[in-house]
Amino acid sequence: MSITCTEIDHVARLARLALSDAEKELFTSQMSAILSYAETLNGLDTDGISPTSRAVPVENAFRADAVSASIGTDQALANAPDRVDSFFRVPPVIE
Amino acid sequence: MKFQPVIGLEVHVQLNTQSKIFCGCSTRFGAEPNAHTCPVCLGLPGALPVLNRQVVESAIMAGLATNCSIAHKSIFARKNYFYPDLPKGYQISQFEQPICEKGWLEIQLEGQPPKRIGITRIHMEEDAGKLVHGLGNGSGVDLNRAGTPLLEVVSEPDFRSADEAVAYLKQLHQIVTYLGICDGNMEEGSFRCDANVSVMPVGSDTLGTRAEIKNVNSFKFVKQAIEYEIVRQIDLIEDGGKVVQETRLFDPNAGTTRSMRGKEEAHDYRYFPDPDLVPLVISSDWVERTEKDLPELPATKRQRFITQFGLPEYDADVLTASRPLADYFEETAAFAHNPKAAANWVMGEVTRALNDTTLNIENCPVPPRRLADLLHLIDQGTISGSIAKKVFEELWQNDKEPAAIVTEQGLAQVSDSGAIEAVIDQILAVNQGQVEEYRSGKEKVFGFFVGQVMKAMKGKGNPALINELLLKHLKG
Amino acid sequence: MELHTLTIHQLHQLLKSRQVSSVEATRSLLARIEATDSRINAFITVAADQAMTAAEVADQRIGSGDCAPLTGVPVALKDIFLTEGLRTTCASRMLENFIAPYDATAWANMKKQGAVLLGKLNQDEFAMGSSSENSAFGATRNPWDTNRIPGGSSGGSAAAIAAQQAIATLGTDTGGSIRQPASHCGCVGLKPTYGRVSRHGVIAYASSLDQVGPVTRDVTDAALLLQTIAGHDPLDSTSVAQAVPDYSAALKNDVKRLKIGLPKEYFIDGLDQDVQRAMDNAIAHLRSQGAEFVEVSLPHTAYAVACYYLIATAEASSNLARYEGVRFGRRASEAQGLIEMMSQSRAEGFGAEVKRRIMLGTYALSSGYYDAYYLKAQKVRTLIQRDFNEAFKQVDILLTPVAPTPAFRIGEKTADPLQMYLSDIFTIPVNLAGTCGISIPAQPSADGLPIGLQLIGRPFGEETILQAAYSFEQTTDWHRQKAAL
Repeated sequence: MSITCTEIDHVARLARLALSDAEKELFTSQMSAILSYAETLNGLDTDGISPTSRAVPVENAFRADAVSASIGTDQALANAPDRVDSFFRVPPVIE
Repeated sequence: MKFQPVIGLEVHVQLNTQSKIFCGCSTRFGAEPNAHTCPVCLGLPGALPVLNRQVVESAIMAGLATNCSIAHKSIFARKNYFYPDLPKGYQISQFEQPICEKGWLEIQLEGQPPKRIGITRIHMEEDAGKLVHGLGNGSGVDLNRAGTPLLEVVSEPDFRSADEAVAYLKQLHQIVTYLGICDGNMEEGSFRCDANVSVMPVGSDTLGTRAEIKNVNSFKFVKQAIEYEIVRQIDLIEDGGKVVQETRLFDPNAGTTRSMRGKEEAHDYRYFPDPDLVPLVISSDWVERTEKDLPELPATKRQRFITQFGLPEYDADVLTASRPLADYFEETAAFAHNPKAAANWVMGEVTRALNDTTLNIENCPVPPRRLADLLHLIDQGTISGSIAKKVFEELWQNDKEPAAIVTEQGLAQVSDSGAIEAVIDQILAVNQGQVEEYRSGKEKVFGFFVGQVMKAMKGKGNPALINELLLKHLKG
Repeated sequence: MELHTLTIHQLHQLLKSRQVSSVEATRSLLARIEATDSRINAFITVAADQAMTAAEVADQRIGSGDCAPLTGVPVALKDIFLTEGLRTTCASRMLENFIAPYDATAWANMKKQGAVLLGKLNQDEFAMGSSSENSAFGATRNPWDTNRIPGGSSGGSAAAIAAQQAIATLGTDTGGSIRQPASHCGCVGLKPTYGRVSRHGVIAYASSLDQVGPVTRDVTDAALLLQTIAGHDPLDSTSVAQAVPDYSAALKNDVKRLKIGLPKEYFIDGLDQDVQRAMDNAIAHLRSQGAEFVEVSLPHTAYAVACYYLIATAEASSNLARYEGVRFGRRASEAQGLIEMMSQSRAEGFGAEVKRRIMLGTYALSSGYYDAYYLKAQKVRTLIQRDFNEAFKQVDILLTPVAPTPAFRIGEKTADPLQMYLSDIFTIPVNLAGTCGISIPAQPSADGLPIGLQLIGRPFGEETILQAAYSFEQTTDWHRQKAAL
């Protein structure tokens, strides 16, 4: 499996990663190698095998519908890179 | 060529739980920005979601009320995309294995046979936060709403007109508010809808390319948006153009839809099962328990009002429009023993009076019991219908019993034939001309006499008795 | 007495009998950190003042007659555990200045007993790596040979124990990140069964695989620390409600008739000679104690690394989406516009390995590839889990190497990520199966580098592997050897 530069660009965009040209080049070859290796899985017949997404079978973890204390605006914004009033501030979003 | 519209709806129902879907923060509206937040709904590192049981309960109720089957096992999935109002970079939703599937609702438009609309699925998910634009050279992010529980109700593309879509929406709105799982407030976005609209040549069985109209928040706008979109697409095709698959926004001021193209790149949501949440397993016991506790639904109630109270269909429709209104009527009818009169008063005086104020039926100043007492006074002949309206106005203003008002203001009806005859004699004596007219065959003047007698008795005369005695004296 | 060399249970006795104060112990460890960490770089943050204050509080508590197993014991945490008021970086430039408003549950449980936090330990950024070279705060070095890696990702947690900079530490293990560094640094590292310890407040790498565990000087300490951190947490839906047994009660020197499986896929030709010798030696030793050995097969072992790197990176690509410069963490200051702000912040904040894994995981989940990569890997995960279930029908525990070689040299594998990934072959399957495993010191290499022995138990079979590990430890003294620093 070899991955193309176009695919790298697409994936980087999906992942919101601004990669340098050098990184793109490096990742193109490294990901190709890793994905080729991953294709060893295709040697396994998994027809009729159900996927496992959790290691231990646990089900139905709930909480009751009760309000508990929030941490409050100041705490919420304590690590904010930028804020305005009680909001997190981001570059303008155009609707 | 004639075209046939094909419409499907995705409705977002905001649940009215106390706390958010995956954390204990309050869902209350109107707090200071970011006041109702915690590590979970802020998407801080290390925070993990824990499911609010009431959200599951509400979803089961909604599923049962829309004839869905409730999945024995369902799972949560992550929908991955970046947006500043989405704290974790993914929305926890359901993708494969939603909680409810394969339901339907039946709609009926006037003069048409009933039509069944398929419901593909209902799933649970978390709402995003809010963006406020134009805040000091940027946009502001408020995460108070982030994590508010939503149900997404997805219909089949079964609608062939905007009217059908609106009829379905109204019914769904009625159901979720009846169930008490949603406050139904469309202006605040508690019940909002995306419409998928396409057109195809009549007789074709290939669906056309669809456009999705986002976040329309009133019945009126849904109708306008869909109708505009149908015409736009037909015009486009007839002019040799092609409909493109895209998201469009409805502009309520212009009554048109416009493309959001260019502002959104193609999405690849990369759904996968959320490893932080465990599968939800709903036993048949749980479903049965919920079903047993389900409140009576609008369609059942409507039918019952017709059979139990002998109401006409129209009345039953009006009175079951909302659960509080139906409850008000039913309580009144239970005390009043005259359901039709109760229905007339609730649909008439009560509704009129409410419309003149900002009050709604839940805080109506005249409680059902008092309205029933008032109806009793009419039935017993203590007061006439027109006097009753005066008493009702008094009841609206003052916290008093109807009988007390009647006594205090001397409004009791006069049913003493002697007293009425005395007034009739006087009226006939001073209106000899009209008496002659009547006797020479102009029976229309009869009404004039009734009015005069009633006026002289300040409205308190028993109308039936006045009629009877007048007739006797005039024929005399 | 060199207080910094003690175990939890040794120090506890001294504290309880008031022969030593927590202030003295804490001072001793802080001095040791001061003296050695320029050569090791095990710590990202040393919290000397807070530690001394906590030690004073602990001494008062002991003075009032309340001395729990961890009261006054100086410990350190991998910098992946959130600590209220003390920065948590996850070894990333992204979180250089992040201060959490709450404590991770595992740490909160230790804090409740009065443990003294010395500081936060170095690791691979976001726990992605097998060498602790992928840290924004520089690589950690192996105290046994500072030209070598300490293993990863919990390299700081193991190096700090080997360098006697903490009495005990916590790490996390997603594909071997506790066991492999413990093996390379000559300490005891336990990865509990998935769900045994809460993940709440632990920065997520791959949520379905991550598990918290202790890194200690001996098995007794591992049992003690596990006792403190294990249990159901209502804040972690994936933590299990099953009762926590008394792990210390399981520490019996007895392996008679214990059936130990040797998975043939783990004992392959070409296994490093020193590692092979350490295993042979350990097997002979345990056999002489009365254990029975059986060859078993875990037929899908060869697929585990590929399976792991698809699942772990897919989950990671989503878990790391929250770092986009809006609510916390690094924000690129120069960026114009929203998308650019996010993409630039992530480009500046993440190191190369993190970016590589995000890219790989995003790809594995993306439209058109999901079935071929992610779903396929999940199905293979089922097969790997079945392998273990089958094996545990025949035996009580499994014995395997932890890593194919002793600690490699710094820089040796950085250029070839795939080679680095393959070094986790013996630890990864345990995470995929969700079960428990422990690494304990076995016979070192000819060069004197530590080599670990892995004992793998059934899900929630921590007692059995602790007992076997304890028995091995009681009759060997590899764990008493100390790095010359």
